[in-house]
Amino acid sequence: MAPVISAQNLGKKYILNHQSQERYTALRDVLTNSAKHCARKLRHPFAPSESDPSHEVFWALKELSFDIQQGDRVGIIGRNGAGKSTLLKILSRITEPTTGKVRIQGRVASLLEVGTGFHPELTGRENIFLNGAVLGMSKIEIKKKFDDIVAFAEIEKFLDTPVKRYSSGMYVRLAFAVAAQLESEILIVDEVLAVGDAQFQKKCLGKMEQVGQDGRTVIFVSHNMAAISNLCQKGIALQAGSLLFQGSASEAILKYYQSTGDADDSTNNHSGKNESDTAKLLSTEIVGVRSALEINIHNDFIIRMKYEIKRLVEGRCVPNFHFFAPDGSYAFATNAEGVSTMPPGIYFAECKIPGDMLNEGTYFIGVALTNYHDNHFTVEFFDRNALTLNVIDPMDEHSNRYGYAGPMPGVLRPKFSWNIGRAK
Amino acid sequence: MQTDFDLTIEAGKSSRQYWKDLWRYRELFYFLAWRDVLVRYKQTVIGFAWALIRPLLTMLVFTLVFGHLAKLPSENSPYPILVFAALLPWQFFANAFTEAGNSLISDASLISKVYFPRLIVPTSAVIVSFVDFLISGIILAGLMIWYGFYPSWRICTLPLFILMAFAVAMGAGLWISALNVKYRDFRYIIPFMVQLGLYISPVGFSSSIVPDAWRLLYSVNPMVGVIDGFRWAILGGNSQLYWPGLLLSLGLVISILVSGIYFFRSTERRFADLI
Repeated sequence: MAPVISAQNLGKKYILNHQSQERYTALRDVLTNSAKHCARKLRHPFAPSESDPSHEVFWALKELSFDIQQGDRVGIIGRNGAGKSTLLKILSRITEPTTGKVRIQGRVASLLEVGTGFHPELTGRENIFLNGAVLGMSKIEIKKKFDDIVAFAEIEKFLDTPVKRYSSGMYVRLAFAVAAQLESEILIVDEVLAVGDAQFQKKCLGKMEQVGQDGRTVIFVSHNMAAISNLCQKGIALQAGSLLFQGSASEAILKYYQSTGDADDSTNNHSGKNESDTAKLLSTEIVGVRSALEINIHNDFIIRMKYEIKRLVEGRCVPNFHFFAPDGSYAFATNAEGVSTMPPGIYFAECKIPGDMLNEGTYFIGVALTNYHDNHFTVEFFDRNALTLNVIDPMDEHSNRYGYAGPMPGVLRPKFSWNIGRAK
Repeated sequence: MQTDFDLTIEAGKSSRQYWKDLWRYRELFYFLAWRDVLVRYKQTVIGFAWALIRPLLTMLVFTLVFGHLAKLPSENSPYPILVFAALLPWQFFANAFTEAGNSLISDASLISKVYFPRLIVPTSAVIVSFVDFLISGIILAGLMIWYGFYPSWRICTLPLFILMAFAVAMGAGLWISALNVKYRDFRYIIPFMVQLGLYISPVGFSSSIVPDAWRLLYSVNPMVGVIDGFRWAILGGNSQLYWPGLLLSLGLVISILVSGIYFFRSTERRFADLI
């Protein structure tokens, strides 16, 4: 089937003007610059026209090609300045690409900013109509959806209050409610949900998920990786305006973290050392989960390594696993228990990680074999990025969230037994 | 999924889709104009009365200064009506020009965050001014009843001149709004142009006081043709239409409109990057 969005060789060039403070051109500058240019031409008529040092060409996107299939929920990730917003602007036709082309099949609704076109002096009711029209809805369509919008935004009581008196939460709710009712085949959402309260964030994410299940395509930009991995199955990672990776959301998140990790190499010193004279890492896997990279926060899972001991050595070769948070910080390390000296051969080691211990988000698992002898230890191998997994919180009744949908702090989120009673 | 919307985004190739989009977003013309009208009078005490008071006061001043102090000829019709017949199209043009000129800048957030044919923004500003124009029209009708002045058959040609006024306001508005995005200097030029235009257009006086030798040159100002047309249609009787001047004005109006649309369309795709 043909993709709903097909981008080929997209590029967007901006010319940065170092001279002026303002983003716009003043006529004065144009006049003086062309006068200068003329004067130079008069004095040196045959000199090649020199490039102006105050102008710098900047490619926000370059040679970007990708396809998005119908019904996909695609997360676009990348660092600040990677070109995410520019890409969204091109897809929503706000700006034109400098090179390349995009073919889009379907009506596009984009929510790049909360409450675009809202006028503070107008009431909620008036703004629903105005915003709906700005987003491309007809008056009849808005009338038909009016009650749904009001119900979704939970602003019945304030319908006839000017939106300048709204709290920022109400503002966001109303804005998202209008956009969510737009019957488009493709929904583009920039990181706009950060403004609303957590409960509403969840509602919005739920709505977007539902949109995706209706066979509509969702493109979502966020810095919140937990939101991306919860909401999207596909991911596009951008780096400096180019495509870093396209595939599953989990892998895209992994690639994104790996690319940011490369920037500071200090934590990566053991990476790639899979073999020593004594031992060799053969394989690693996560057992007992349907998709190797996604794990329900409540479920146990088993990580397994297969390794070979090549020769008889003194001391005990102890397998161990290291868990890292995406920023490179250590979550914890765990050593195998009850290891004795092993004769050469191929072994496996499994470790069961209980559910409700890791927090949601991405983890990198390092796999190592350490030889302990005479109160010393030697690292036989240590593959720091052997495995990656995304822990996903289904936000059900076991999550102890009580309706809160935002990020939970900490690298770990263990579930302990609690006892609460009336003290007196 | 079968869909009617099949779109290719490519540098410099948006025109075919554009007119289709303009039709699809047709209700936005109305909504933006509705917003501006609503907002304008929202926090005012007397609200819509402002739309009546402004032209009324201008008319009084002009009648006093030109009719009573300068004693300019009135072509046998009451001077207030002579002034008002010209003030009507002039105010429409001046408001439309100013509002359209600043419309893109004041809707910058819309332009950088959501897609729709940008042509809608200045056009809505012109529509808002047209609403004011219609309200002022009521004053004129009142004045004519007050003075017992009844128009001749020529009043039937008025829609043609209204159309001409609309075209020149639209064309000039498109030019200035697009220029204003690129060069913010036009912010300061707009009020100056409007002020100057008031004096070089025959608003306070009849263009019959311009010497015949200069009349054709005078008609290079397209508003001369529009205002003379309005007077001719409304005052009837003695006012004469200067045909060469009118045709020259008409030609200029059409070329301003066409070039305005063309210029706007060619700069439009860069608005979001510039604004």
